[in-house]
Amino acid sequence: MSKQRQFGLESREKKLPDFSMLLLSVGQNQDKAAFADIFQHFAPRIKSYMLKLGSIDDVAEELAQQTLLKVWRKAQLFDPEKAAASTWIFRIARNIRIDALRKQKHFFDDDYDLEGIADEQENAENKVSREQKSLNVTLALSALPKDQTRIIRLSFYDGLSHSEIANQLEIPLGTVKSRIRLAFGHLRKSTHLESGEMA
Amino acid sequence: MSIHHHLSDTTLGAFTAGTLIETISLVVASHISICPDCRKRQDQLENIGGIQLQFAEPEGMSSDALQKAMIKLGKQELTPVFSPADTSPLSSSSGTALSFGNPEVPKPLRAYIPDRLEDVEWKPIAPGIKYFAMEGLKTANGTLSLLKIAPGVNIPEHGHQGIELTQVLKGSFRDEIGRFGVGDIADFDSDIKHQPIADTNEACICLIATEAPLKFTGLLPRLVQYFSVM
Repeated sequence: MSKQRQFGLESREKKLPDFSMLLLSVGQNQDKAAFADIFQHFAPRIKSYMLKLGSIDDVAEELAQQTLLKVWRKAQLFDPEKAAASTWIFRIARNIRIDALRKQKHFFDDDYDLEGIADEQENAENKVSREQKSLNVTLALSALPKDQTRIIRLSFYDGLSHSEIANQLEIPLGTVKSRIRLAFGHLRKSTHLESGEMA
Repeated sequence: MSIHHHLSDTTLGAFTAGTLIETISLVVASHISICPDCRKRQDQLENIGGIQLQFAEPEGMSSDALQKAMIKLGKQELTPVFSPADTSPLSSSSGTALSFGNPEVPKPLRAYIPDRLEDVEWKPIAPGIKYFAMEGLKTANGTLSLLKIAPGVNIPEHGHQGIELTQVLKGSFRDEIGRFGVGDIADFDSDIKHQPIADTNEACICLIATEAPLKFTGLLPRLVQYFSVM
């Protein structure tokens, strides 16, 4: 998979719909046509996410259905100033997977995930469109070398530990760590990501 | 409260992806609920997760999938929304979810331990060390312990398999890595061996989650180990 394809440059050329606008319309007007557009794009991708994380086909499809139904039910809580549509949908999909598949409780803050309740440090300057911020991160990701994007993906989307990544890619653990460090250094420079402690 | 020690990118990333075991997740959630910095970093990682979802390779849904969903829509109860004018205590109370105040017991833990630490019923397990059994959480692959360590007492030196997370709820401790006060999280990989000591005249209460039982090296510590895997 080319990194353009992975992170959306190609799709940008295809002019993806503005999912935040669609989601707003679902929330405000119970707009079924907008919902159908969101479904057509995200359901097959949520299914692929569920499959990647170990669900069998039927279950992955059912979890994608559940996710989209929850998107419909909760769309009124979506606030484009607090989250990009893709972030918001990702949170719902992830939480549904944890609750359903592992029969466990997830410990994410539902209020925050759905409503994006502002933390006290949030200031006016931060209240630009999250869709725009998300696009900036997309561009920064697509500009990274392929070996770095791959590791970011395995780590923060597929949720593998550093040592699992090292095993899977058959590279030393130190290389995994240094690539993550490089990738984040780059992302922080171009998108002002917060710095964290590098493990 | 000022927080000096945060979650590593690795732990936060795995939490964000939803792949951590429950015990570890609970401690991560507990720290995030009081740490605006880690909350912000979690947002950014979720942003990356969302981008990856948005541009993932699609996997074919069954041909009537959309039709099925559309039929169900009519039957869904929509979540009511409070109008902006509605500032009843009910709607504003949800805002406390992330007020980053200074709760003694962070919100995610309240289902498992008393709201006030003074109400915890401790069991002594070793000289200077008390233990509280947290119930109601599956710990098949990991351990979760709430410990109260008397001033000047060491937790025996130990190593770990996998992640060990320690959140300080009261007091402080010091180890080979640094000093950890209220709210701080010690996020250690398997390659670290350490021997924390409660370093003030106040007992240190901390919550420790591990991916696997701690590997203590001495004889007395086996007692701690026995309790911490229960």
